[in-house]
Amino acid sequence: MSKPLSGNEAVAYAMKQINPDVMGAFPITPSTEIPEYFAQYVADGEVNTEYVTVESEHSSMSVCIAAQAAGARSVSATSSCGLALMYELLYVAASCRLPITLACVNRALSGPININADHSDSMGARDSGWIQIYAENNQEAYDNFIMAMPIGEAPGVRLPVMTCMDGFITSHAVENIELLETDAVRKFIGEYNPDNYLLKKENPLAVGPYDVSPYYMEHKMLQAEAMKAAKVRILEVAAAFENISGRHYSLFEEYRMEDAQLALVLIGSSAGTAKAAVDKLREDGVKAGLIKIRIFRPFPGEELARALAGTRAVAVMDKSEGFSANGGPLFAETRSALYDLKERPYLINIVYGLGGRDIKVGDIEKVFDRLMDITVTGEIGPVYSHIGQRSKEDIV
Amino acid sequence: MISAKDINERTPWQDLTPGGEIYEPGTARFFDTGTWRTNTPVFHAEACKHCMLCVPFCPDSAIPVKDGKRLDFDYMHCKGCGICENVCPFPAITMVSGGAIK
Repeated sequence: MSKPLSGNEAVAYAMKQINPDVMGAFPITPSTEIPEYFAQYVADGEVNTEYVTVESEHSSMSVCIAAQAAGARSVSATSSCGLALMYELLYVAASCRLPITLACVNRALSGPININADHSDSMGARDSGWIQIYAENNQEAYDNFIMAMPIGEAPGVRLPVMTCMDGFITSHAVENIELLETDAVRKFIGEYNPDNYLLKKENPLAVGPYDVSPYYMEHKMLQAEAMKAAKVRILEVAAAFENISGRHYSLFEEYRMEDAQLALVLIGSSAGTAKAAVDKLREDGVKAGLIKIRIFRPFPGEELARALAGTRAVAVMDKSEGFSANGGPLFAETRSALYDLKERPYLINIVYGLGGRDIKVGDIEKVFDRLMDITVTGEIGPVYSHIGQRSKEDIV
Repeated sequence: MISAKDINERTPWQDLTPGGEIYEPGTARFFDTGTWRTNTPVFHAEACKHCMLCVPFCPDSAIPVKDGKRLDFDYMHCKGCGICENVCPFPAITMVSGGAIK
Protein backbone atom coordinates (compact mmCIF):
# COMPACT_ATOMS: atom_id res chain seq x y z
CA MET A 1 0.00 0.00 0.00
CA SER A 2 1.42 3.36 -1.08
CA LYS A 3 0.63 6.49 0.90
CA PRO A 4 1.91 10.09 1.10
CA LEU A 5 3.22 10.58 4.64
CA SER A 6 5.64 12.89 6.41
CA GLY A 7 8.54 11.20 8.20
CA ASN A 8 6.91 11.84 11.56
CA GLU A 9 3.58 10.41 10.43
CA ALA A 10 5.35 7.41 8.91
CA VAL A 11 6.98 6.62 12.27
CA ALA A 12 3.73 7.24 14.17
CA TYR A 13 2.00 4.91 11.70
CA ALA A 14 4.66 2.25 12.28
CA MET A 15 4.05 2.64 16.02
CA LYS A 16 0.31 2.20 15.46
CA GLN A 17 0.90 -0.99 13.49
CA ILE A 18 3.20 -2.27 16.25
CA ASN A 19 0.71 -1.33 18.99
CA PRO A 20 3.28 -0.99 21.79
CA ASP A 21 2.27 -1.46 25.43
CA VAL A 22 3.49 1.92 26.66
CA MET A 23 4.47 5.28 25.20
CA GLY A 24 6.30 7.89 27.25
CA ALA A 25 5.10 11.06 25.51
CA PHE A 26 6.55 14.54 25.64
CA PRO A 27 6.61 17.07 22.79
CA ILE A 28 9.65 18.81 21.33
CA THR A 29 10.17 20.22 17.85
CA PRO A 30 10.55 18.60 15.35
CA SER A 31 9.47 15.25 16.83
CA THR A 32 6.25 16.60 18.41
CA GLU A 33 4.01 15.24 15.66
CA ILE A 34 4.92 11.64 16.54
CA PRO A 35 3.24 11.68 19.99
CA GLU A 36 0.51 13.94 18.48
CA TYR A 37 -0.45 11.49 15.75
CA PHE A 38 -0.15 8.64 18.21
CA ALA A 39 -2.43 10.40 20.74
CA GLN A 40 -5.09 10.43 18.01
CA TYR A 41 -4.70 6.68 17.48
CA VAL A 42 -5.09 6.18 21.24
CA ALA A 43 -8.16 8.45 21.36
CA ASP A 44 -9.71 6.64 18.40
CA GLY A 45 -9.14 3.26 20.02
CA GLU A 46 -6.90 2.07 17.20
CA VAL A 47 -4.23 0.97 19.69
CA ASN A 48 -4.42 -0.12 23.32
CA THR A 49 -1.18 1.54 24.34
CA GLU A 50 -0.85 3.10 27.79
CA TYR A 51 -0.12 6.68 26.70
CA VAL A 52 1.73 8.36 29.57
CA THR A 53 1.96 12.15 29.37
CA VAL A 54 4.82 13.39 31.50
CA GLU A 55 6.45 16.68 32.47
CA SER A 56 9.83 16.19 30.79
CA GLU A 57 11.92 13.90 28.62
CA HIS A 58 13.77 12.77 31.73
CA SER A 59 10.41 11.38 32.79
CA SER A 60 9.33 10.02 29.40
CA MET A 61 12.45 7.87 29.28
CA SER A 62 11.98 6.94 32.95
CA VAL A 63 8.46 5.75 32.08
CA CYS A 64 9.87 3.64 29.25
CA ILE A 65 12.55 2.14 31.50
CA ALA A 66 10.10 1.20 34.25
CA ALA A 67 7.56 -0.18 31.78
CA GLN A 68 10.10 -2.18 29.81
CA ALA A 69 11.53 -3.62 33.04
CA ALA A 70 7.99 -4.60 34.01
CA GLY A 71 7.73 -6.55 30.77
CA ALA A 72 6.01 -4.02 28.51
CA ARG A 73 7.14 -2.94 25.07
CA SER A 74 7.85 0.79 25.31
CA VAL A 75 8.43 3.57 22.81
CA SER A 76 9.13 7.28 22.86
CA ALA A 77 10.14 10.08 20.50
CA THR A 78 12.29 13.12 21.01
CA SER A 79 14.73 15.64 19.52
CA SER A 80 17.66 17.81 20.46
CA CYS A 81 17.38 19.23 24.01
CA GLY A 82 14.82 16.54 24.81
CA LEU A 83 17.36 13.85 24.06
CA ALA A 84 19.89 15.77 26.14
CA LEU A 85 17.47 15.83 29.07
CA MET A 86 17.14 12.04 28.73
CA TYR A 87 20.91 11.64 28.79
CA GLU A 88 21.21 9.98 32.22
CA LEU A 89 18.30 7.65 31.45
CA LEU A 90 19.73 6.63 28.08
CA TYR A 91 22.62 5.07 29.99
CA VAL A 92 20.24 3.47 32.50
CA ALA A 93 18.14 1.93 29.71
CA ALA A 94 21.19 0.52 27.95
CA SER A 95 23.00 -0.76 31.03
CA CYS A 96 19.82 -2.38 32.39
CA ARG A 97 19.63 -4.01 28.94
CA LEU A 98 16.08 -2.79 28.27
CA PRO A 99 15.23 -2.86 24.55
CA ILE A 100 13.23 0.38 24.40
CA THR A 101 12.67 1.93 20.96
CA LEU A 102 13.15 5.69 20.60
CA ALA A 103 12.47 7.76 17.49
CA CYS A 104 15.05 10.54 17.46
CA VAL A 105 14.21 13.33 15.04
CA ASN A 106 17.59 14.97 14.64
CA ARG A 107 17.82 18.63 15.51
CA ALA A 108 20.72 20.89 16.45
CA LEU A 109 21.50 20.99 20.12
CA SER A 110 21.65 24.47 21.65
CA GLY A 111 23.01 26.97 21.52
CA PRO A 112 22.30 29.45 20.17
CA ILE A 113 18.91 27.81 20.17
CA ASN A 114 18.00 26.39 16.77
CA ILE A 115 15.26 23.99 15.72
CA ASN A 116 16.67 22.71 12.43
CA ALA A 117 18.43 19.53 11.45
CA ASP A 118 21.88 18.39 12.34
CA HIS A 119 23.18 15.34 14.16
CA SER A 120 24.61 17.00 17.27
CA ASP A 121 21.84 15.56 19.48
CA SER A 122 22.19 11.86 18.65
CA MET A 123 25.96 12.09 18.16
CA GLY A 124 26.16 13.34 21.74
CA ALA A 125 24.46 10.10 22.79
CA ARG A 126 26.62 7.88 20.59
CA ASP A 127 28.46 6.35 23.55
CA SER A 128 25.37 5.74 25.68
CA GLY A 129 25.07 2.09 24.65
CA TRP A 130 22.10 2.51 22.29
CA ILE A 131 21.99 1.00 18.85
CA GLN A 132 21.69 3.90 16.38
CA ILE A 133 20.01 3.52 12.98
CA TYR A 134 19.83 6.51 10.63
CA ALA A 135 17.32 7.06 7.82
CA GLU A 136 17.84 8.90 4.54
CA ASN A 137 14.15 9.42 3.81
CA ASN A 138 10.61 8.74 5.01
CA GLN A 139 10.55 5.18 3.71
CA GLU A 140 13.68 4.33 5.66
CA ALA A 141 12.35 6.08 8.78
CA TYR A 142 9.28 3.81 8.62
CA ASP A 143 11.23 0.65 7.80
CA ASN A 144 13.93 1.28 10.43
CA PHE A 145 11.36 1.72 13.17
CA ILE A 146 9.76 -1.62 12.30
CA MET A 147 13.15 -3.35 12.28
CA ALA A 148 14.20 -1.80 15.61
CA MET A 149 12.34 -4.15 17.97
CA PRO A 150 13.42 -7.48 16.46
CA ILE A 151 16.99 -6.16 16.68
CA GLY A 152 16.92 -4.75 20.21
CA GLU A 153 14.78 -7.47 21.79
CA ALA A 154 16.85 -10.41 20.49
CA PRO A 155 18.07 -12.38 23.56
CA GLY A 156 21.73 -12.06 22.56
CA VAL A 157 21.36 -8.31 22.12
CA ARG A 158 18.86 -6.81 24.62
CA LEU A 159 19.79 -3.21 23.88
CA PRO A 160 17.68 -0.09 23.29
CA VAL A 161 17.44 1.20 19.74
CA MET A 162 17.38 4.80 18.56
CA THR A 163 16.03 5.28 15.03
CA CYS A 164 17.09 8.66 13.70
CA MET A 165 15.87 10.87 10.87
CA ASP A 166 16.71 14.45 9.93
CA GLY A 167 14.43 17.07 11.46
CA PHE A 168 12.08 18.82 9.00
CA ILE A 169 13.94 17.57 5.91
CA THR A 170 12.67 14.06 6.63
CA SER A 171 10.26 14.53 9.54
CA HIS A 172 8.05 17.15 7.88
CA ALA A 173 8.49 16.64 4.13
CA VAL A 174 5.78 14.42 2.65
CA GLU A 175 6.78 11.53 0.39
CA ASN A 176 4.92 8.63 -1.11
CA ILE A 177 6.02 5.58 0.81
CA GLU A 178 5.20 1.89 0.77
CA LEU A 179 3.46 0.65 3.92
CA LEU A 180 3.29 -2.94 5.04
CA GLU A 181 0.02 -4.52 6.08
CA THR A 182 -0.52 -4.28 9.84
CA ASP A 183 -0.79 -8.06 10.15
CA ALA A 184 2.56 -8.42 8.42
CA VAL A 185 4.15 -5.89 10.78
CA ARG A 186 2.77 -7.63 13.88
CA LYS A 187 3.92 -11.00 12.62
CA PHE A 188 7.34 -9.58 11.82
CA ILE A 189 7.95 -8.09 15.26
CA GLY A 190 6.12 -10.84 17.20
CA GLU A 191 5.20 -10.78 20.86
CA TYR A 192 7.59 -9.30 23.43
CA ASN A 193 8.46 -12.25 25.64
CA PRO A 194 11.51 -11.47 27.80
CA ASP A 195 12.81 -14.31 29.99
CA ASN A 196 12.50 -12.17 33.12
CA TYR A 197 10.45 -9.10 33.94
CA LEU A 198 9.17 -7.40 37.06
CA LEU A 199 5.55 -8.51 36.66
CA LYS A 200 6.50 -12.18 36.37
CA LYS A 201 5.26 -13.39 39.73
CA GLU A 202 7.02 -16.76 39.58
CA ASN A 203 10.40 -15.22 40.23
CA PRO A 204 10.96 -11.82 41.83
CA LEU A 205 13.45 -9.73 39.88
CA ALA A 206 15.73 -6.85 40.85
CA VAL A 207 16.62 -4.51 37.97
CA GLY A 208 19.48 -2.01 38.07
CA PRO A 209 21.05 -2.86 41.43
CA TYR A 210 24.09 -0.96 42.70
CA ASP A 211 27.20 -2.41 41.10
CA VAL A 212 30.39 -2.41 43.14
CA SER A 213 33.74 -2.31 41.35
CA PRO A 214 34.38 -6.09 41.59
CA TYR A 215 31.36 -6.57 39.26
CA TYR A 216 30.97 -3.36 37.20
CA MET A 217 33.59 -4.09 34.58
CA GLU A 218 32.20 -7.59 33.99
CA HIS A 219 28.76 -6.10 33.34
CA LYS A 220 30.29 -3.58 30.91
CA MET A 221 31.95 -6.51 29.11
CA LEU A 222 28.54 -8.15 28.71
CA GLN A 223 27.15 -4.88 27.35
CA ALA A 224 30.05 -4.46 24.92
CA GLU A 225 29.61 -8.03 23.67
CA ALA A 226 25.89 -7.38 23.18
CA MET A 227 26.71 -4.37 20.99
CA LYS A 228 29.04 -6.55 18.89
CA ALA A 229 26.32 -9.22 18.61
CA ALA A 230 23.87 -6.54 17.45
CA LYS A 231 25.74 -6.21 14.14
CA VAL A 232 24.93 -9.80 13.17
CA ARG A 233 21.36 -9.43 14.36
CA ILE A 234 20.87 -6.22 12.35
CA LEU A 235 21.78 -8.10 9.18
CA GLU A 236 19.50 -11.05 10.05
CA VAL A 237 16.58 -8.69 10.65
CA ALA A 238 17.36 -6.81 7.43
CA ALA A 239 17.23 -10.11 5.49
CA ALA A 240 13.90 -11.05 7.10
CA PHE A 241 12.56 -7.58 6.38
CA GLU A 242 13.59 -7.84 2.74
CA ASN A 243 11.50 -11.01 2.50
CA ILE A 244 8.32 -9.21 3.53
CA SER A 245 8.99 -5.81 1.95
CA GLY A 246 11.32 -6.36 -1.00
CA ARG A 247 13.49 -3.53 0.33
CA HIS A 248 17.15 -4.22 0.96
CA TYR A 249 19.04 -2.86 3.96
CA SER A 250 22.53 -3.37 5.31
CA LEU A 251 24.94 -1.69 7.75
CA PHE A 252 25.51 1.03 5.17
CA GLU A 253 24.45 1.67 1.60
CA GLU A 254 27.06 1.63 -1.14
CA TYR A 255 26.07 3.85 -4.03
CA ARG A 256 28.05 3.40 -7.25
CA MET A 257 31.03 2.18 -5.23
CA GLU A 258 32.00 -0.81 -7.48
CA ASP A 259 34.94 0.94 -9.14
CA ALA A 260 34.84 4.24 -7.24
CA GLN A 261 38.12 6.09 -6.79
CA LEU A 262 36.66 9.13 -5.02
CA ALA A 263 34.10 8.57 -2.30
CA LEU A 264 32.02 10.32 0.29
CA VAL A 265 30.93 8.91 3.63
CA LEU A 266 27.95 10.57 5.27
CA ILE A 267 24.75 10.00 7.22
CA GLY A 268 21.09 10.81 6.64
CA SER A 269 19.08 12.88 4.20
CA SER A 270 22.13 14.51 2.59
CA ALA A 271 22.71 11.15 0.89
CA GLY A 272 19.96 12.07 -1.61
CA THR A 273 21.84 15.23 -2.56
CA ALA A 274 25.13 13.35 -2.69
CA LYS A 275 23.66 10.67 -4.98
CA ALA A 276 22.58 13.37 -7.43
CA ALA A 277 26.13 14.77 -7.41
CA VAL A 278 27.63 11.29 -7.88
CA ASP A 279 25.34 10.65 -10.86
CA LYS A 280 26.37 13.96 -12.42
CA LEU A 281 30.07 13.23 -11.94
CA ARG A 282 29.66 9.70 -13.30
CA GLU A 283 28.16 11.19 -16.49
CA ASP A 284 31.38 13.21 -16.79
CA GLY A 285 33.43 10.04 -16.39
CA VAL A 286 34.51 10.67 -12.79
CA LYS A 287 34.61 7.47 -10.76
CA ALA A 288 32.67 8.89 -7.83
CA GLY A 289 30.77 6.94 -5.18
CA LEU A 290 28.99 7.31 -1.89
CA ILE A 291 28.70 5.38 1.34
CA LYS A 292 25.66 6.25 3.41
CA ILE A 293 26.08 5.03 6.97
CA ARG A 294 22.85 3.48 8.23
CA ILE A 295 24.13 1.87 11.43
CA PHE A 296 26.37 4.15 13.48
CA ARG A 297 26.18 2.03 16.65
CA PRO A 298 27.49 -0.65 16.43
CA PHE A 299 29.93 1.04 14.05
CA PRO A 300 30.59 -1.13 10.97
CA GLY A 301 34.35 -0.49 11.01
CA GLU A 302 35.68 -3.61 9.28
CA GLU A 303 32.96 -3.58 6.65
CA LEU A 304 33.54 0.11 5.94
CA ALA A 305 37.29 -0.43 5.61
CA ARG A 306 36.64 -3.18 3.04
CA ALA A 307 34.22 -0.97 1.11
CA LEU A 308 36.71 1.91 0.96
CA ALA A 309 39.81 -0.23 0.37
CA GLY A 310 39.88 0.36 -3.38
CA THR A 311 39.37 4.13 -3.29
CA ARG A 312 42.06 6.78 -3.71
CA ALA A 313 40.52 9.68 -1.76
CA VAL A 314 37.61 9.88 0.66
CA ALA A 315 35.77 12.80 2.24
CA VAL A 316 33.92 12.03 5.45
CA MET A 317 31.10 14.53 5.89
CA ASP A 318 29.92 15.20 9.43
CA LYS A 319 26.59 16.90 10.09
CA SER A 320 27.69 17.65 13.66
CA GLU A 321 30.73 19.51 14.90
CA GLY A 322 31.95 17.48 17.82
CA PHE A 323 34.42 20.20 18.89
CA SER A 324 37.28 17.76 19.16
CA ALA A 325 39.41 20.24 17.13
CA ASN A 326 40.38 17.11 15.22
CA GLY A 327 37.28 16.42 13.08
CA GLY A 328 33.70 15.24 13.59
CA PRO A 329 32.57 11.94 15.13
CA LEU A 330 31.96 10.11 11.84
CA PHE A 331 35.44 11.13 10.68
CA ALA A 332 37.03 9.83 13.88
CA GLU A 333 35.31 6.46 13.45
CA THR A 334 36.06 6.20 9.75
CA ARG A 335 39.71 7.17 10.05
CA SER A 336 40.13 4.66 12.87
CA ALA A 337 38.44 1.95 10.78
CA LEU A 338 40.78 2.55 7.83
CA TYR A 339 43.97 2.36 9.90
CA ASP A 340 44.25 -1.41 9.47
CA LEU A 341 44.20 -1.23 5.66
CA LYS A 342 47.57 -1.92 4.04
CA GLU A 343 46.97 0.86 1.52
CA ARG A 344 44.82 3.64 2.79
CA PRO A 345 43.06 6.29 0.70
CA TYR A 346 43.65 9.98 1.39
CA LEU A 347 41.08 11.02 3.96
CA ILE A 348 39.60 14.43 4.73
CA ASN A 349 36.76 15.63 6.94
CA ILE A 350 34.17 18.21 5.95
CA VAL A 351 31.71 19.47 8.56
CA TYR A 352 28.51 20.70 6.92
CA GLY A 353 24.82 21.43 7.42
CA LEU A 354 24.88 22.59 11.05
CA GLY A 355 21.60 23.94 12.41
CA GLY A 356 19.79 23.28 9.12
CA ARG A 357 22.36 24.93 6.83
CA ASP A 358 21.52 23.69 3.36
CA ILE A 359 23.88 21.49 1.36
CA LYS A 360 23.45 21.48 -2.42
CA VAL A 361 24.56 19.31 -5.29
CA GLY A 362 27.10 22.02 -6.20
CA ASP A 363 28.61 21.88 -2.70
CA ILE A 364 29.05 18.13 -2.96
CA GLU A 365 30.67 18.57 -6.39
CA LYS A 366 33.15 20.98 -4.81
CA VAL A 367 34.05 18.32 -2.26
CA PHE A 368 34.65 15.82 -5.11
CA ASP A 369 36.74 18.48 -6.92
CA ARG A 370 38.90 18.70 -3.86
CA LEU A 371 39.29 14.91 -3.69
CA MET A 372 40.28 14.97 -7.36
CA ASP A 373 42.93 17.64 -6.68
CA ILE A 374 44.30 15.58 -3.80
CA THR A 375 44.73 12.50 -6.00
CA VAL A 376 46.42 14.56 -8.73
CA THR A 377 48.79 16.58 -6.52
CA GLY A 378 49.22 14.23 -3.56
CA GLU A 379 48.74 17.31 -1.38
CA ILE A 380 45.98 16.71 1.14
CA GLY A 381 45.64 20.30 2.45
CA PRO A 382 43.56 20.91 5.58
CA VAL A 383 42.35 17.56 6.88
CA TYR A 384 39.45 19.01 8.82
CA SER A 385 37.38 21.89 7.42
CA HIS A 386 33.84 23.23 7.08
CA ILE A 387 31.58 23.93 4.10
CA GLY A 388 28.53 26.18 3.71
CA GLN A 389 29.51 28.97 6.10
CA ARG A 390 30.06 32.58 4.96
CA SER A 391 33.76 33.31 5.01
CA LYS A 392 36.30 35.92 3.98
CA GLU A 393 38.41 33.05 2.69
CA ASP A 394 37.75 30.57 -0.08
CA ILE A 395 36.39 27.36 1.39
CA VAL A 396 36.76 23.71 0.29
CA MET B 1 18.97 -19.03 35.84
CA ILE B 2 22.00 -18.25 38.03
CA SER B 3 21.26 -17.59 41.69
CA ALA B 4 22.94 -14.87 43.77
CA LYS B 5 24.75 -17.31 46.01
CA ASP B 6 26.56 -18.73 42.96
CA ILE B 7 27.97 -15.32 42.01
CA ASN B 8 31.03 -13.94 43.75
CA GLU B 9 34.08 -11.78 43.06
CA ARG B 10 35.77 -14.61 41.19
CA THR B 11 32.88 -15.17 38.75
CA PRO B 12 33.96 -14.48 35.14
CA TRP B 13 31.98 -11.94 33.15
CA GLN B 14 30.51 -14.64 30.91
CA ASP B 15 28.64 -16.10 33.91
CA LEU B 16 27.16 -12.83 35.24
CA THR B 17 23.62 -11.69 34.45
CA PRO B 18 22.78 -8.97 31.89
CA GLY B 19 22.64 -5.59 33.63
CA GLY B 20 23.39 -7.26 36.95
CA GLU B 21 19.79 -8.50 37.23
CA ILE B 22 19.04 -10.54 40.35
CA TYR B 23 16.44 -13.26 39.97
CA GLU B 24 15.44 -13.71 43.64
CA PRO B 25 14.38 -11.49 46.54
CA GLY B 26 16.14 -10.63 49.79
CA THR B 27 19.74 -10.97 48.61
CA ALA B 28 20.82 -7.83 50.53
CA ARG B 29 20.81 -10.15 53.57
CA PHE B 30 24.04 -11.73 52.34
CA PHE B 31 25.85 -8.44 51.78
CA ASP B 32 27.84 -6.91 54.65
CA THR B 33 26.96 -3.21 54.73
CA GLY B 34 27.69 -2.75 58.44
CA THR B 35 31.28 -1.75 57.68
CA TRP B 36 30.15 1.81 56.87
CA ARG B 37 29.11 2.42 60.50
CA THR B 38 30.80 5.26 62.45
CA ASN B 39 28.58 4.95 65.57
CA THR B 40 27.31 1.73 67.07
CA PRO B 41 24.18 1.01 69.12
CA VAL B 42 24.56 -1.14 72.23
CA PHE B 43 21.57 -3.23 73.33
CA HIS B 44 20.95 -3.50 77.08
CA ALA B 45 18.68 -6.53 77.24
CA GLU B 46 17.95 -6.10 80.98
CA ALA B 47 16.35 -2.64 80.34
CA CYS B 48 14.31 -3.70 77.25
CA LYS B 49 10.51 -4.13 77.67
CA HIS B 50 10.10 -5.43 74.10
CA CYS B 51 7.70 -2.65 73.20
CA MET B 52 8.90 -3.07 69.58
CA LEU B 53 9.02 0.65 68.80
CA CYS B 54 12.60 0.42 67.57
CA VAL B 55 11.89 -2.37 65.09
CA PRO B 56 9.76 -0.52 62.49
CA PHE B 57 11.86 2.63 62.86
CA CYS B 58 15.10 0.86 61.87
CA PRO B 59 15.70 1.86 58.21
CA ASP B 60 17.81 -1.23 57.59
CA SER B 61 15.73 -3.96 59.24
CA ALA B 62 18.74 -4.57 61.47
CA ILE B 63 16.75 -5.45 64.60
CA PRO B 64 15.76 -9.11 64.47
CA VAL B 65 12.62 -10.28 66.28
CA LYS B 66 11.92 -13.81 67.43
CA ASP B 67 8.86 -15.08 69.32
CA GLY B 68 7.68 -11.55 70.14
CA LYS B 69 11.07 -10.49 71.55
CA ARG B 70 13.70 -8.34 69.93
CA LEU B 71 17.19 -9.81 69.79
CA ASP B 72 20.56 -8.09 69.67
CA PHE B 73 21.37 -5.93 66.62
CA ASP B 74 22.23 -7.37 63.23
CA TYR B 75 25.55 -5.55 63.00
CA MET B 76 26.14 -6.83 59.49
CA HIS B 77 23.47 -4.39 58.31
CA CYS B 78 23.26 -1.69 61.05
CA LYS B 79 24.55 1.70 59.79
CA GLY B 80 24.64 3.29 63.25
CA CYS B 81 22.11 6.02 62.47
CA GLY B 82 20.90 6.15 66.09
CA ILE B 83 17.17 6.34 65.33
CA CYS B 84 16.56 3.32 67.57
CA GLU B 85 18.19 5.05 70.53
CA ASN B 86 16.08 8.14 69.83
CA VAL B 87 12.75 6.28 69.78
CA CYS B 88 13.50 3.89 72.65
CA PRO B 89 11.43 5.01 75.73
CA PHE B 90 13.73 3.03 78.05
CA PRO B 91 17.47 3.08 78.67
CA ALA B 92 17.77 -0.06 76.56
CA ILE B 93 19.84 1.37 73.68
CA THR B 94 22.90 3.62 73.89
CA MET B 95 25.09 4.82 71.05
CA VAL B 96 28.84 4.59 71.32
CA SER B 97 31.43 6.14 69.05
CA GLY B 98 33.13 4.00 66.40
CA GLY B 99 32.00 1.20 64.14
CA ALA B 100 33.27 -1.75 66.16
CA ILE B 101 30.82 -3.98 68.01
CA LYS B 102 31.19 -3.40 71.76
